Amino acid sequence: MISRILSLIFKELLIALKDPKGRLILIFPPLIQIVIFSFAATLEVKNLSLAVNNLDHGKWGYELVQRLSASKTFTEVFVVESEEQITRALNEQLAIAVLSVPQDFSRQIERGKKGRVQLLLDGRKTNAAQIVAGYTAQIIGSLQEEINSKPLPGVTLIERNWFNPNLDYKWFTVPSLVVIISTLVALLVTSLSVAREREVGTFEQLLVSPLRPIEILVGKSAAAMFIAVFEATMILFVAIFVFQIPFQGSFLLLYGSLLIFLLSIVGVGLFISSLSMTQQQGILGAFTFMTLAIVLSGFATPIENMPEWLQTIALANPLRWFMVIVRGIFLKGMPANDVWANTWPMVIIALFTLSAATILFRKRME
Amino acid sequence: MTLASVAVANLHYSFDLEKPPALNNINAQIHPGRITGLVGPDGAGKTTLIRLMASLLVPSAGQITTCGYDTRTDPYSIRERIGYMPQRFGLYEDLSVIDNLRLYADLRAVFGQERDETFERLLGFTNLHGFTERLAGRLSGGMKQKLGLACTLIRKPQVLLLDEPSVGVDPVSRRELFRMVRELADEDMAVVWSTAYLDEASLCDDVILLNEGKLLFSGIPNDLTSRIEDRVVQVSDIPMETKRPTLVRILDHPDVMDGVVQGASLRLLLRKSQGDKLPELDLPDGANINRVAPNFEDAFMDILGGGPGGSSVLAEHHEVIAVDDKPVVVAQGLTKCFGDFTAVHDNSFSIRRGEIFGLLGPNGAGKSTTFKMMCGLLKPTRGLGNIAGIDFHHAASKARNRLGYMAQQFSLYSDLSVRENLRFFSGVYGVYGSKQRKAIKQMLDVFELKPYVKMNAGELPLGFKQRLSLACTLMHKPDVIFLDEPTSGVDPITRREFWNHINGLVQKGVSILVTTHFMDEAEYCDRIGLIYSGKKIAEGTPDDLKHLVKSDENPDPTLEDAFISLIQTHDANERDKII
Amino acid sequence: MNTSLIRIKSIAFKETRQMLRDPSSIIIAFVLPAILLVLYAYGVNLDAMNVPVGIAMESDDPAATRLVETFRANQFFSVDIARDRRELEDRVTSGDLRGLVIIPQDFAQRLGSRGKSPIMVITDGSETNTANFVRNYVYGVLGVWQSIESSERGIDVGAGISLEQRFWYNAELKSRNTLIPGSLAIIMAIVGTLLTSLVVAREWERGTMEALLSTPISPVEMLIGKVIPYLILSFCSLLGVVFLVVFVFGVPYRGGILALFLSGGAFLLSSLGQGFLISTITKNQFFASMVALLTALLPAFLLSGFVFEIASMPWIIRQITLIIPARYFVINLRTIFLVGDIWPLIIPNVLFLLVIASIFFGVTLRKFSSRLDEVGR
Repeated sequence: MISRILSLIFKELLIALKDPKGRLILIFPPLIQIVIFSFAATLEVKNLSLAVNNLDHGKWGYELVQRLSASKTFTEVFVVESEEQITRALNEQLAIAVLSVPQDFSRQIERGKKGRVQLLLDGRKTNAAQIVAGYTAQIIGSLQEEINSKPLPGVTLIERNWFNPNLDYKWFTVPSLVVIISTLVALLVTSLSVAREREVGTFEQLLVSPLRPIEILVGKSAAAMFIAVFEATMILFVAIFVFQIPFQGSFLLLYGSLLIFLLSIVGVGLFISSLSMTQQQGILGAFTFMTLAIVLSGFATPIENMPEWLQTIALANPLRWFMVIVRGIFLKGMPANDVWANTWPMVIIALFTLSAATILFRKRME
Repeated sequence: MTLASVAVANLHYSFDLEKPPALNNINAQIHPGRITGLVGPDGAGKTTLIRLMASLLVPSAGQITTCGYDTRTDPYSIRERIGYMPQRFGLYEDLSVIDNLRLYADLRAVFGQERDETFERLLGFTNLHGFTERLAGRLSGGMKQKLGLACTLIRKPQVLLLDEPSVGVDPVSRRELFRMVRELADEDMAVVWSTAYLDEASLCDDVILLNEGKLLFSGIPNDLTSRIEDRVVQVSDIPMETKRPTLVRILDHPDVMDGVVQGASLRLLLRKSQGDKLPELDLPDGANINRVAPNFEDAFMDILGGGPGGSSVLAEHHEVIAVDDKPVVVAQGLTKCFGDFTAVHDNSFSIRRGEIFGLLGPNGAGKSTTFKMMCGLLKPTRGLGNIAGIDFHHAASKARNRLGYMAQQFSLYSDLSVRENLRFFSGVYGVYGSKQRKAIKQMLDVFELKPYVKMNAGELPLGFKQRLSLACTLMHKPDVIFLDEPTSGVDPITRREFWNHINGLVQKGVSILVTTHFMDEAEYCDRIGLIYSGKKIAEGTPDDLKHLVKSDENPDPTLEDAFISLIQTHDANERDKII
Repeated sequence: MNTSLIRIKSIAFKETRQMLRDPSSIIIAFVLPAILLVLYAYGVNLDAMNVPVGIAMESDDPAATRLVETFRANQFFSVDIARDRRELEDRVTSGDLRGLVIIPQDFAQRLGSRGKSPIMVITDGSETNTANFVRNYVYGVLGVWQSIESSERGIDVGAGISLEQRFWYNAELKSRNTLIPGSLAIIMAIVGTLLTSLVVAREWERGTMEALLSTPISPVEMLIGKVIPYLILSFCSLLGVVFLVVFVFGVPYRGGILALFLSGGAFLLSSLGQGFLISTITKNQFFASMVALLTALLPAFLLSGFVFEIASMPWIIRQITLIIPARYFVINLRTIFLVGDIWPLIIPNVLFLLVIASIFFGVTLRKFSSRLDEVGR
């Protein structure tokens, strides 16, 4: 029996890796993703344009504009002079924000009063606008310090960003790719495998062999997991050596939980696979699952922001748990008990998806 | 002679410059009012030649003129004047019959009254009147074929190109289609009918015979068969048990060029004509030898220089299984229902050791359903099937270990190499270690696969694919082998090789179950069960079945005649029952 | 009627019938977008609320209490208070808390003597975006506290700058209002490309393409005949999702119908063109759908400015985004929904889309010969 399964695993690996198209599908997306995600998928805000309507001829107005232009957030600062131009700048997205400094700005400050400035932001880009707003407030705050003659009760804020001192976005995205890409690979290899054999006619050949259904499933899962673990390792390697992201935790814990995670994904893939008669349907199924699972994994935006009911649904998503584990182990050196707290739900999910796949597979053999 | 409808001159065509050309120096002419058979085994270049005629491909060298226009420069003028039915009929299976017709009528600009008349005529011609709203995908093979033909006839073409119209169609529909095409040819249309079945060639007016991209013959079929007029003989009345060893022995005789099993008899092609004298062959007692009319396949074998001999190295290595009279494969009252539909009704048969049993029947008759129940792929609604006393539903894995299965299409992993396929298929049958290495080496030797060992199975020449399929089926030395249309479309030499191995194995005591709708394959069987609309309507040796339909008009019926006649009788009886 | 028009019509009719009969195209056009829309509407949300933050209140001076109260009053934070930082540090590691504010023991002392007391804020950098927000909001809270504290102590703030911020088009700054219109571009990119990427490939696989090619139809006629029904179908799909967005998800719609028609039409043409090109080149449904998802979904999600700001990307990737149709459609959709018909912004984007569409169709026609051996080469 062992030899039968071994030859099946070996064959599945060959099938997945030998066909140039198959190889392309397994290697190309991860490669593209790692490049694009690490450079493009950033919520950092820089290189923006700011429009300034500075009617003040005094020192403070000039100083404020200078400080804003000096930052890397704004690479372009241009002058607008009328209401229409202000509206146009925002409407046509010439600038993310317009700063209006009134005529009496410096005068008010000299008099010991409040100088008012107005910042209009483009609400179409909520995230960027919010960050720009925070950033402007910060610059104005520091200018305020200088203006103040009398000392105010105040604090100096000491910032410490744990696990990612410079809040580098890559440290956040690249480890998550371990989750995304191992999911993608495990899902593609399994969800298409049965349908592909059905289409080319080798499936019957397999079924009339002494392999039991469960052995076929074990063989197909093992091959998918093998490839997925390999790709995950590749990304870990890139993350640690190319992007120089410090790996804080235990490899043993990471790989242990990776295997359990992959079992649950492979279960989903085999389920889709047994359900679909054509590769077409297999792809659509895998795609639908991928989209759902990635959005509900906390990869792009945090799960905490979602409505209660969606957070409840997300509990059934293996990616949601494994994402916590990967980020935790990678950046925070998460201890074993925390890892386990996020692993046992995946054990349950895996048991469920694998048994569902087995039942459906047996049923579909007829 | 009239001006040719299609003229092919010094034609070359290659898909890939590094490989041998798909067509090599072809010269041929196709004339109006005649049916030209484009004949050759799979991979001979038939489809490529038809596509070139339809101006869908451009010649690499040489020239084709269709309806007087050069295919290189004037494709649209040609397409106005031809009708082309590709393989699998080119129908939209998710559209209804009438929608398919309308589409092609629009594309060929047939409107108004002309259109109504055309539809009326074509629906009548093809007998599809009652089915206009049915989806094309729900039609039977024969009806699809007729609809495909109707679509090409919307604007009466000058040249009608039919690419393998008889694939997947039962003999009854095939005869009907041929009659329809004959009518068209009588109206002065030029018809090209491509086929892998050599027996269809004799029905055509002209024949273009292709093999491996080369033209072997072009002309009237009789010109070819007359070359071997006196050289075909039939040996009959051989004792059942000795017919296969006798064939093996006779094939080694220097005077014999080729020979096949035909029911209980042997059909032999002699190396040269010996006048009125019949050759001195070492025949068993009581055997009779008679001269018979040559057919196209005999002629084809003659051109190719004879068959592959009769011995099988493979079988020599197979262990002898003690022959006893107990049946090895038993089906008892097998019935399978899908919802209301009964696909197989109360089918029983049994196969002894060393016997070839054939399930013969048109497509959709329930052959493959029976087959699947026998392999344990489908659970019978009633009845049971077992192999060597092991019931499939209790010990499927154990039963399958004794079974070798070769599927209809090439169903190995085409992206894996020859060795990888062999390794996999032996591995899943639990053959491993030194035993596995030995088995692989043996298969590579026997089937002469050594030079291809690293090549991907999908890129193998057709004949070698066939060999590899058989090799993969036999690695674990099964004592029962199931074959699903194993040699359809395969060239006669490969087919002979294949059956040599099977014959050899049978002599060692292996039992064979074959499903097929090809008469050639059925002739190799010891016994045949004829399956029609889910029921077994006749069973017996091929000769028994032929005897059943023997009549004064047809004193020497072929198996195909028997097949058609038995089905028609059955239909008539059913109708009477209803009335 | 011109025979060419009739041929186009007949292909279009045929495609329509096939489309209506094939449940998968209806599912792709209507069910898939609805599911994706719900998912994006609820699942993709950048508005952090109630972020769990711990405060280690090591001093119980009234000033410190007031500071804690200010934190509590802020709806961005959900505050957990402890006496000792060590009680909270582990919870940052485990991800229970996204940040930690430490008010040191000598807070009041140092505030009294020098007017400045150090406060430490620790963020969970592994959630980089949230960390950024936590940091920004802590600054905000401190600002509020400062003025409360000043008036409490009777200090006149005196000279300074008061900043008034206003978010146009989306005053409450709901990220949903911008993410949902943007997500339409992604959804329609998937729908358009997936629908058509299968169409031509399917005909090759089923052998019907050969039969069509042997008739007098020309490639242009075939392509036009195939585009029209899919354009109409995907347009219906677009209108369906827009309807959902406005009436179910309550996103404001401030533009006109014409702008939506122009932008939507141009975008769908480019997506359909991309799909046709893919299926003409691959001639295989499996490979076509794979390529469609890769070339439509990923770029539309990552490089369209839907979530990630294009301006912040490196130069080379910014150049790549120029050829991503979704980029132009995202801007137009957000503008039409939230701002109105800003023609100087909308028209150039529509033109860009049309250029991209005509490139796709042009290349498709070049690849789509009426000869079998030239197709796809």
